[in-house]
Amino acid sequence: MKKELIELKVNGRGHELAIEPSALLLDVLRQDLGLTGSKRGCDESSCGACTVLVDGVAMMSCTLLAASCEGQEITTVEGVSEHGSLAAIQKAYGDWGGAQCGFCTPGFIMTVKSLLAENSDPTEDEVRMALSSNLCRCTGYSQMYEAIRSAVAAERQGMAAK
Amino acid sequence: MDDFSIIGKPTAMIDAAEKTTGSGKYTDDISVPGMLVGKILHSPYPHARIKSIDTRRAEALDGVVALVIGKDAPNPYGILPVGHDEHALALDKVRYVGDNVACVAAVSEAIAERALELIDVEYEVLPAYFDPEESMKAKTHLIHDNKPGNLEKDYHHAFGDPDKGFAEADHVAEARFIANEVTHAAMEPHSTLASFELDPHTGNMGRLTVWSSTQVPYYLQHKLSLVLEMPMAQIRVIKPLVGGGFGGKSEVIPLEIIAAVAARKAQAPVKITYTREEVFWAHRGRPRTIIDLKTGIKNDGRITAVKARVVQDGGAYCSYGVVTILYSGALLGALYDIPHIQYDGYRVLTNKPACGAMRGHGTVNVRFAFESQLDELAAKIGMDSAEIRQRNLLKPPCVTVNGLRVQSYGLPECIAKTVERSGWKQRKGKLPKGRGLGIACSHYVSGAANSIIRSDMPHSTVNIKIDRDGGVVVYTGASEIGQGSDTMTAQVAAEVLGCSLARVRVIAADTDLTPIDIGSYSSRVTFMAGNATLRAAEDVKKRIAAAAAKKMNCAAEEIVFRDDLVFKKGSAAPAVKRDRAEEAEMTQAGASVSGRVEGQILRGSLQQKRKEEGPKEWMTFEEAVVAAIDFHGALSGTGSYAPPPEARGGKHKGGGVGPSPAYSYSAQVAEVSVDEDTGEVTVHKVWAAHDCGRALNPVSVEGQIIGSVWMGMGQALTEEMIWKDGMLMNAGMLEYRSPSSVESPEVEPIIVESIDPEGPFGAKECSEGSLAATIPAISNAIYDAVGVRLHESPFTPERVLAALRAKRKEKALNLTEGVDPTAPERFREHGGALCFKNKGPERHALDAARRETATPVGGAD
Repeated sequence: MKKELIELKVNGRGHELAIEPSALLLDVLRQDLGLTGSKRGCDESSCGACTVLVDGVAMMSCTLLAASCEGQEITTVEGVSEHGSLAAIQKAYGDWGGAQCGFCTPGFIMTVKSLLAENSDPTEDEVRMALSSNLCRCTGYSQMYEAIRSAVAAERQGMAAK
Repeated sequence: MDDFSIIGKPTAMIDAAEKTTGSGKYTDDISVPGMLVGKILHSPYPHARIKSIDTRRAEALDGVVALVIGKDAPNPYGILPVGHDEHALALDKVRYVGDNVACVAAVSEAIAERALELIDVEYEVLPAYFDPEESMKAKTHLIHDNKPGNLEKDYHHAFGDPDKGFAEADHVAEARFIANEVTHAAMEPHSTLASFELDPHTGNMGRLTVWSSTQVPYYLQHKLSLVLEMPMAQIRVIKPLVGGGFGGKSEVIPLEIIAAVAARKAQAPVKITYTREEVFWAHRGRPRTIIDLKTGIKNDGRITAVKARVVQDGGAYCSYGVVTILYSGALLGALYDIPHIQYDGYRVLTNKPACGAMRGHGTVNVRFAFESQLDELAAKIGMDSAEIRQRNLLKPPCVTVNGLRVQSYGLPECIAKTVERSGWKQRKGKLPKGRGLGIACSHYVSGAANSIIRSDMPHSTVNIKIDRDGGVVVYTGASEIGQGSDTMTAQVAAEVLGCSLARVRVIAADTDLTPIDIGSYSSRVTFMAGNATLRAAEDVKKRIAAAAAKKMNCAAEEIVFRDDLVFKKGSAAPAVKRDRAEEAEMTQAGASVSGRVEGQILRGSLQQKRKEEGPKEWMTFEEAVVAAIDFHGALSGTGSYAPPPEARGGKHKGGGVGPSPAYSYSAQVAEVSVDEDTGEVTVHKVWAAHDCGRALNPVSVEGQIIGSVWMGMGQALTEEMIWKDGMLMNAGMLEYRSPSSVESPEVEPIIVESIDPEGPFGAKECSEGSLAATIPAISNAIYDAVGVRLHESPFTPERVLAALRAKRKEKALNLTEGVDPTAPERFREHGGALCFKNKGPERHALDAARRETATPVGGAD
């Protein structure tokens, strides 16, 4: 298939790329841009390991055409750290054991980011509903809830300090 | 003595930031220049002879670099020395749908996939065996010619006098239990990258480097050397981050060998990454198991004898099968005091993907049967089901009737704690209709006492290097797969050396750099690699202490290492702290300008001054290290671990499997409710107490307990591999029904510390033992809720409803009535992943999912 030029904005930076029109966003991120943080766990939008934000909305990049994201703001897990430090949610996932093997973690981090952007203080039921788009085989999810609770608290403290 | 500075404290894993930022590299994240993509052609038939393979059309395709088939690497291999029955690619026969036939290495994935469709394979389809009990009757068309009756292996053990035991029993229960097949479904699909170097002396292809998602780099190196006929020293296996294993990466998986064979022929690096569907075919999960179990008890609840006949549906290759069938029998012992045990185990070959080791290897399904039957017997004699377990405790230290040595034994405390926390005594039997509580126990080895490859080599060796920079580098072959192996290693080293965790760097699982460790399986890492790390750290510490003692004018035994300081015992931390504070003040005031002195960077003039002073009361860790290097020349330590001979088990045939230097113990209470109209079971909460010896990192221990319970719940309620004529009908994460966050119960982990006499700081395993108790705890809770005893897992709504209707003497409900199994219409009919199309097994002519290869819309490119 003949390649076409597209412009993708990923983590605040613009990239001009020659890709096949059928190229999936996940492949373009991983292979063309070397952003391997987003993972391929299934190919069919069932595991959520490839979750990225497209204009702030959590989307599964394994079933999204890269070309359809032109002009949109894409955020991957590589764009989550702030000012060279771990974001509160990243720190909390480490502290509370929300990540074990870590393969699903980037997807979860993006899903949580999108949840917290919409709802800054979710209940556990709301967290469970939101996380159900992603699968994890290590943690049984429990320690993620504590991580999210603690990240929410940390964010709030940070806000209060300002 | 329990005053530790590093261990026992909740600690984020040392690689946590790599995982939460996405910077960590898993195998599929690695690329090397000139790398090709490998794709494997799989068998569409469960059992067939390959009459011919014509690769010409595929090889002619532009972009195809190499194509390999069975004869390119004909040497057999297998994880067990007794089970070398696999080949990189099928030589003459395929034995399951998904078996490996050919591999294409091409410049892109799309071209490789197109090439697969151009390989012409002519098969002669043979009759296939799908049910183990049918398979055992086979006379012709054996799956492997050297395995009559398709029997991989059978064992017949009698310990004590089982007949006498049953004669003494007041009550005997006998039943058949079936546990259906489950798989690991680790989030990271298997991936391998293989690359050869050109040898500067011969000019030919020389060393091979393999990056692979493996739990066992050393075994992989060994099997690669067999198949490729290369010396092991010419093969370097590197394990990058691994996205979960659970046993599914604890042996050599076909793609690991195929990638190397393809790279050799292509003369270029080749990476193969499985699709999710291929992961299901690679499998090596927990076999479907039929357990005919008989247990006898006295009126006081004491077990008099157990008899188990176990048949495992092992799939088409041996894999870990011989070990699995032995574990099923051996670990009937070491949990309770059972005086007489009879065990008959049959590992049977069938035309399905090979089963292997999965979390709780071999013990889980038998434990489900045993704990269910014990509950039944408790009800029969009117005894509380927690109490009957307390009546049958071992009295350690002891050796069980089947030769297992038990030392630390936290089971009594585990039972007591779960009973207390769950409100068992107040609530059992008093919950509303349809809601119930169930209890069950389990245990597991802290590492197999005998390695797969019989030898006297240590199971773990660790080297530590400390240099003038004060950095501690630990070299270990132990494989981090998400369980916290690297963090445990760093913690143990830091604790012994009294230094901060930040000072320790762990270099792990790279066969060129790290000494041999047999891998992450049988829950052996904390116990064995932990002990080796402890010994290596003690070894190097001894050298530092000798030098420091000279500087401090005291005996080496008096030296204490703690908080990045080295000081005389009793020379009081206060003095150190005071000096330290003064130093900090002065350095902050600008007294410190790093300078290069005697070829080394010292922290500042103050340190230099301290160096020149006479004897002192304390030194910083760096100062002590520099003193030691000046004294000894170089600073390194080494330690290794091999299980003691007395823990290696009995002398009977098969007695090598089951023994362990220490066992972990678990007790769990599950609270469930059952919808009597739909048969749906909901687990509300599980209280899980686990005796891990000592919790080196409580966050990790709790994570492992919760994760095990959760995975057990998956097997209990939803997870099941569904087969139709050898074809897996649910090869996708959602179809396989791995539970999501909304289906997962709250798990309350309760850490019990029995401080094992031989474990590192008393630690034992915590990653597998909890799984086995969850399934019977849930089934016993279902019994408590609605009075039906389920004998087949998972406890799906169909099975629960069928049991409820049978209890009410209603007509059996056959939900598959009238459905043609070759063209099922219910939800699993599409048979798995979308990526299936055109490269999976051939569908039945009537299968709705079958599509003819059509020209893509928009024309060919």
